[in-house]
Amino acid sequence: MSFLPKPKLHHPKLPTNELGFTRRDYEGAISTLCAGCGHDSISAAIIQACWELSIEPHRVAKMSGIGCSSKTPDYFLGASHGFNSVHGRMPSVLTGANLANRDLIYLGVSGDGDSASIGFGQFAHSIRRAVNMTYIVENNGVYGLTKGQFSATSDKGSKAKKGAVNTDEAIDLVGIALQLGATYVARSFSGDKAQLVPLIKGALRHPGPAFIDCISPCVAFNNHEGSTKSYDFVREHNEAMNQLDVILGREPITTDYAPGEVREVTQHDGSILRLRKLHEEYDPTDRVAAMHHLHERKAAGEIVTGLLYIDPDPEDLHSNLGTVELPLNRLDDAALVPGAAALEKINAALR
Amino acid sequence: MPRDATNDFVVKFANVNGSGSASANQLFAKSILRMGIPIASRNIFPSNIQGLPTWFEVRVSGEGHLGRRGGVDLMVAMNPQTWDRDIAEIDPGGYLLYDSTRPMPASRFRDDIQVIGIPLTQICNANYTDARQRQLLKNIMYVGALSALLNIEPAVIEQLLAEQYKGKEKLAKPNRDAFHMGRDWALENLQCPLGLQLQRADAVGNRIYVEGNAAAALGAVYGGATVCAWYPITPSTSLAEAFERHCKRLRTEPETGRKRYAIVQAEDELASIGVVIGAAWNGARAFTATSGPGISLMQEFVGLAYFAEIPAVIFDVQRAGPSTGMPTRTQQSDLLSAAYASHGDTKHVVLLPEDPRECFDFGAASFDLADRLQTPVFVLLDLDIGMNDWLCEPFAWDDSRRLDRGKVMTAEELEAGRTFGRYLDTDGDGIPYRTYPGTHPSKGAFFTRGTSRDRFAKYTEVGAAYVDNMQRLLKKFETAKSLVPHPVERRAAEPTRTGVIYYGSSSAAMKEALSALEKDGIHLDALRIRAFPFHDDVLDFIARHDRVFVVEQNRDAQLRTLIMTEGNVDPARLIPILHYDGTPITARFIRAAIADRASAMQVVPIGAAAE
Ligand SMILES: Cc1ncc(C[n+]2csc(CCOP(=O)(O)OP(=O)(O)O)c2C)c(N)n1
Ligand code: SF4
Ligand SMILES: [Mg+2]
Repeated sequence: MSFLPKPKLHHPKLPTNELGFTRRDYEGAISTLCAGCGHDSISAAIIQACWELSIEPHRVAKMSGIGCSSKTPDYFLGASHGFNSVHGRMPSVLTGANLANRDLIYLGVSGDGDSASIGFGQFAHSIRRAVNMTYIVENNGVYGLTKGQFSATSDKGSKAKKGAVNTDEAIDLVGIALQLGATYVARSFSGDKAQLVPLIKGALRHPGPAFIDCISPCVAFNNHEGSTKSYDFVREHNEAMNQLDVILGREPITTDYAPGEVREVTQHDGSILRLRKLHEEYDPTDRVAAMHHLHERKAAGEIVTGLLYIDPDPEDLHSNLGTVELPLNRLDDAALVPGAAALEKINAALR
Repeated sequence: MPRDATNDFVVKFANVNGSGSASANQLFAKSILRMGIPIASRNIFPSNIQGLPTWFEVRVSGEGHLGRRGGVDLMVAMNPQTWDRDIAEIDPGGYLLYDSTRPMPASRFRDDIQVIGIPLTQICNANYTDARQRQLLKNIMYVGALSALLNIEPAVIEQLLAEQYKGKEKLAKPNRDAFHMGRDWALENLQCPLGLQLQRADAVGNRIYVEGNAAAALGAVYGGATVCAWYPITPSTSLAEAFERHCKRLRTEPETGRKRYAIVQAEDELASIGVVIGAAWNGARAFTATSGPGISLMQEFVGLAYFAEIPAVIFDVQRAGPSTGMPTRTQQSDLLSAAYASHGDTKHVVLLPEDPRECFDFGAASFDLADRLQTPVFVLLDLDIGMNDWLCEPFAWDDSRRLDRGKVMTAEELEAGRTFGRYLDTDGDGIPYRTYPGTHPSKGAFFTRGTSRDRFAKYTEVGAAYVDNMQRLLKKFETAKSLVPHPVERRAAEPTRTGVIYYGSSSAAMKEALSALEKDGIHLDALRIRAFPFHDDVLDFIARHDRVFVVEQNRDAQLRTLIMTEGNVDPARLIPILHYDGTPITARFIRAAIADRASAMQVVPIGAAAE
């Protein structure tokens, strides 16, 4: 038996998506984060992306670790199952969940401490294992929840609120994700909803490991002068490579673009990623070039954002393992238990 | 005096790892079983691989004793690197069989043993040119010689070779020939048979000969496990490997050749248990296999699974700790770290199989228990059970049995308006309902977290709600008592106020010790514990006896501690009998230790224990 989603009754004037849902149907509990926290903007972008894509909320599994960022799955998609696991270990829990049921959409939300410090290993291995997921790191360069210590993504030379200067090299998660084979890699900024929403949409429709590093200022501990993850600093140094539109079905190009300005990539599920180039020479399907460009612009002090790499036809963990089509959690006794006769044969071979 | 014994002796093979000896030794062991004579066999392999030594010990026991006996009656010394210690290990009057191709000075032998030299290398070199063949067939050749020396029926060996090389006559023939070459040489040149002899019997029945890890893995297949995540560690590795082997045969979708299972070799044990928890949360049956160090790494996650109430099955094949300890030696030393794994107040279900048959049974049952109780379940094997072939009852399965998925609320039930509170104790057994992700568009979703929450899974730091939840978890643990395998009691021939408690791989040695002690006039009621939490029968057993020996293979008397703590038992009534040098416990040890304590306690008049 299947059950049709029933949209809640809201204000009649609120716009609805294909499923008849309003944006409200994608909301969750009320946020307990600090007012102005970048993470809340990312939650809003996730809500917007899921609504625009007309995703059935209950078909999403929200997974996270521990941190302010990892709390956010409670604040969006209230009709989805969520799992706030342990610090730094969301990737393994998500991997297991994905193995059990390949039919759901897996959205992993993590922080820079969660993914670049304590969970660096799990982050790396889930990417190289090609788990079909959208993995968003809400990157504020500090441990928000434990009150402002430097994290492993704090830039060298970045200043803490109390004045200490970070002397350790920063981990660039985008660089690592590219190196380890993520097939959809993006960076964005919580303050740029226009850029972020389509990037999340593209990731959710991507049938492989999709990683988004989203810079998300911590207003409580890392938004001051001297910080490289503050609203002001990111706005000043943001260097967008492209502007993405995710198109479902054959929508005609309505805007006039200059020749060579637009590039379209069709993903496995038919969704089209339409990229308006903001940087002449940038080719998001060339992984090596993307890595090179990233290093180059970083040295120039820029924060490169946009869809940085896309492989439209990726492989994922299930295809690599060769698992059956039917989700493993739906296999019944007949498919799972070989029975007494098979056991008798095994016994016979052991005598 | 040379040893004389029929169907009751110990043969030990000292080999070089990788020389192909394992399959020859297996042939030797199986041929005895096929003659209807019980054996107990053990692999001994040091972690230090210099000189690549490996030993294989076969205890022949017409009476059916399956524990390690201790001592060696016949040493087959094929590893020059371990020669001296191998010679030293032979019991006085015992035998040494060695490759006499190269002469050995008399000083390297002992004069209280019988020495049998066979120029194995020489015979091989004379008959084969290929180097690998020379090496492999040398092993078969010593089996041939042993068949003459010990009276193994050659037809049995031929049958075994025919089964092993079914359809591959090209391989069967050279093996058969080598076997006969060795046998003929011995018949012509040696006094056959020795004092040690085999005589066909009918004491094996329909029992099977199998390793505990393979059996546990098969239990996981029958228990419906679909996700396995693991990180290699001795002695658990062969469990995950066996699962893959079984699944290839039993879980491949016939139409497509695709897998009805997923195995992930994770980056560490934290990821292994994380994958298991994620999969089980999402409605698949999942397990990991590890050993002590892995259990230590999994602690934080186990607490999450306990508190968030997520099923998980953890096979712990124990080895000697702490730390890397003696990684290729056996122990029962993870009991406490499993039972109380993680920070905060936690308690976990622990199953304690005695042999491969129970590894299969408990392996399958653990998944039902984990789902039914929505909590981690540990299955504690040890190296002795896990990595050795044991003679045990055949596996059995009732086709009418169904996987018990526990309390899972369906979309239909939600649609019909049933109240769903993830942590609501609707049935009074402490076990709430859960839903699988994606079940229903608008009902039954909840947020899983390791933080405190109310009965409807809403975050809360209210003390009363926290206590309410912790008390329900205790109630659930109480429910577990009746669901886990019950203890098995064996009454003494005569009424007694003294008892003994034991578990796991100590079982075989304990059985043997009990009958020996009985002959000594020491009567003990015996209780084999098969699970934690303890069934009421355990405390009842202790209450019925003045003194209870607790036999275990660790230093700190971990089971005794657990019984004292959980059952509020007076420590003075529980007398620890501890064996923890890394070798499997023996009946000789138990008998001596209990006889010693018993006489001190005046369970029997002093001196009565002496033979
Ligand atoms: C094992 C463990 N160690 C330490 C902590 C404490 N802790 C909670 S959140 C956190 C850091 C979170 O930082 P980040 O992932 O960047 O999230 P943010 O709060 O900045 O969004 C730490 C260290 C913990 N929960 N678990
Ligand atoms: S402490 Fe920082 S990261 Fe945490 S909620 Fe406040 S602003 Fe956001
Ligand atoms: Mg952070």
